[in-house]
Formats: sequence, C-alpha cells, structure tokens
Amino acid sequence: MNIRTLIQIITLFSSLSLLSIGGGNTVLPEMHLKTVRSYDWMTDSQFADIFAISQAAPGPSILIVTLVGYKAGLGAGWGQVSGLIGAVVATLAMMIPAGILVYLVAKVWEQAKESAFRKAVEKGFAPLTVGLVLASGFVMGQAADHDWRAYLLTAVCTGIFVFTKTNPLIVVGIAGFLGWMNLV
Amino acid sequence: MKTDPLRVPLWELALTFNHIALASFGGGLSAWSREVVVVEKKWMSEEEFLSALTMCRILPGANQVNLAVFVGNKMGGVPGAFASIFGLTLIPVLLVLALGYGYFTFHHVPALQDILRGAAAAAVALTLSMAIKTGQKCLLGPVPLVLFAAVFILNGLLRWHLLPCLAILAPISLVWGWPKKLQAKS
Repeated sequence: MNIRTLIQIITLFSSLSLLSIGGGNTVLPEMHLKTVRSYDWMTDSQFADIFAISQAAPGPSILIVTLVGYKAGLGAGWGQVSGLIGAVVATLAMMIPAGILVYLVAKVWEQAKESAFRKAVEKGFAPLTVGLVLASGFVMGQAADHDWRAYLLTAVCTGIFVFTKTNPLIVVGIAGFLGWMNLV
Repeated sequence: MKTDPLRVPLWELALTFNHIALASFGGGLSAWSREVVVVEKKWMSEEEFLSALTMCRILPGANQVNLAVFVGNKMGGVPGAFASIFGLTLIPVLLVLALGYGYFTFHHVPALQDILRGAAAAAVALTLSMAIKTGQKCLLGPVPLVLFAAVFILNGLLRWHLLPCLAILAPISLVWGWPKKLQAKS
C-alpha cells in the first residue's frame, strides 16, 4: 500500500477530528472537498452514496469516514487489503484526537466534583440540553417524516415511550416492519 | 486527591455500548444512551448525563464517540474509554464496510430504505420522548423554561449553529445554576 495515501488519510481525518466542533457532520463539506477535489479518491455521486450508506447503518453517524478510508485504500495498491487498512486507519484517526481531548476534560471534571463551577454546569446546562435534544428531534423529524403517516407514527411512538415502559427496541422494530410493509 | 473511577468490567462496558449502537438503527443515539446509561444501568444521574452530553457536543469529535469516552473513562479509566469506543463502533464499522464493499463491487445500494424509514420515525419519537421525560425533571420554574425555549428556537427553528447559541445562553445558565451560599451550607 502506498505510504502517501496512508499519510493523507491520517492527516486529513485527525485534523477533521479536531475541527468537528458541534459534531461530526459539521466537517462534511470540508471532507467532501478534500476527498473529491483535492485527493480525487472518489466522485461526487459516490460521496453522496456512501453518505447515505453510512446513515443507514446503526451507530455513530460519523462512520462515513470508514468508507472514505476504504475507498481511498482501494485505490492505493493492494486492493481489498489496503481498502481495509484505509478504513481502519481513517476511523481511528477520526476518533482518537477528539477522544483524547474529551478524556482530558472528563478527568478534570471527575476531580472537580465538589466545585461550584461543576455544580453550576450540571444545574444550568440541563435545561439547555433538553432544548437541544428537542431541537434535534424536531430537525430529525423534518428530515425523516415525509407524510402524515410518518408523523402519526412518530406521535404514537412518542406517546408509547412517554406513558409506558415498553422496551424501545420493540417499538423501533415494529416501526421498521411497518416501513418494510410500505405502510409508512 | 485520587478519584478512583467506579470500576465496571471492560467487557460489560463494551457490551453496553455495543447494545446502544445496535439499538440506534434509525437514529436516536443520544436517547438510547440515556435509556441505557441513566435509566437501566444507573451509571450516571440525570443531571450529570445531560451536562456531559452538552460538553461532548461542544468539544470536537462525533458526539456519541465523545460520550462513550466520557462514560467509559468514568466507569473504568482509560481502558474503559477504549472498551466503550470499541463496543460502540466495532459492529457498525463491520456493517458499514460490508455495505461499502457491496456498493463499490456491485454498484448498488442495498435496499434498506423502507425499513429505515419506519425505524427513523420511531427513533425521532424516542428523541422527543427523551426531551419530554428529562424536561419534566429539570424544567421547574421560569428561568429554566426560558433557557429551554430560547435554545430550542435558536437551534431548532432558526437553525443557528451550536456555538453562537451557547455563547449567548451558557453564561446566563451558569449564573442561574451557580450554587447559592445558603444552599451550600444546608
């Protein structure tokens, strides 16, 4: 596998890792620019398609980097093997720099258990977080729910989650089944 | 002053985050994290979890990976953080790679779209219900209600980025949340 591609993967994703303030999706435009225009790893429509694929899979939404690394590696000499190396390296490069930063903050945070600042953050940020969670539910809903049936399904499921102790997995599973049957 | 993190076996951390990741098919990873970390495992209190969630959003990096580092470190130090990330990402990475292999080899996107559409509607519901359930506990009184409404309007309706929203509202919420001397004594 050629070393140049490997180094490009590492530098690109470790810098995007530290730039992605507010979440992984904030650096998507920059990632697109680099992978399609600067490095020529894939075409515009391939980038759009792997974005859709990465959104379909469970887990953190940032896994598009796994596929970018995979495609970059595919073109770097050893076929599937360098593809796999590219995928793993890109994923690690995207998670580790930001992860180290979080670790340092978490460490300070644990030691500051009794500090007034921590108490102020825990009490004061709670209403902000609830607002942000509602905002992301609202934005997700606009993207995911295309017609009244989907809105109705969201409303019914919300009722079930709030008023009953039903295992959410069952509800999500049934909703997925309804989608599969084209009822939503 | 050594603060020992609560020790949870590494395999349990990895399995827990694996469970969270797989459950989040269709989205709603934050809500699933709360469901498991706060409600089921009781590793964190509601307020501790909510403030960690917002800190993980402010810091660079994927929010959910950051949260796994935060919780993993609290429950098992550095190895705990790695075990949590490992659990969160291993199977999703393998799945994404399988899909990507199919896409780049056979040039078509597997037809998951229908199932996903339904699951996504339920994942939105889980996120909304998290806002309702946590809101019932911490939106007591006019100040938190105003803070909550303001950040929802700025971030959700007007689509402001996270940082300007927090630049305006975080100082107000810190002043409001600062422990009063009298309360500290009692």
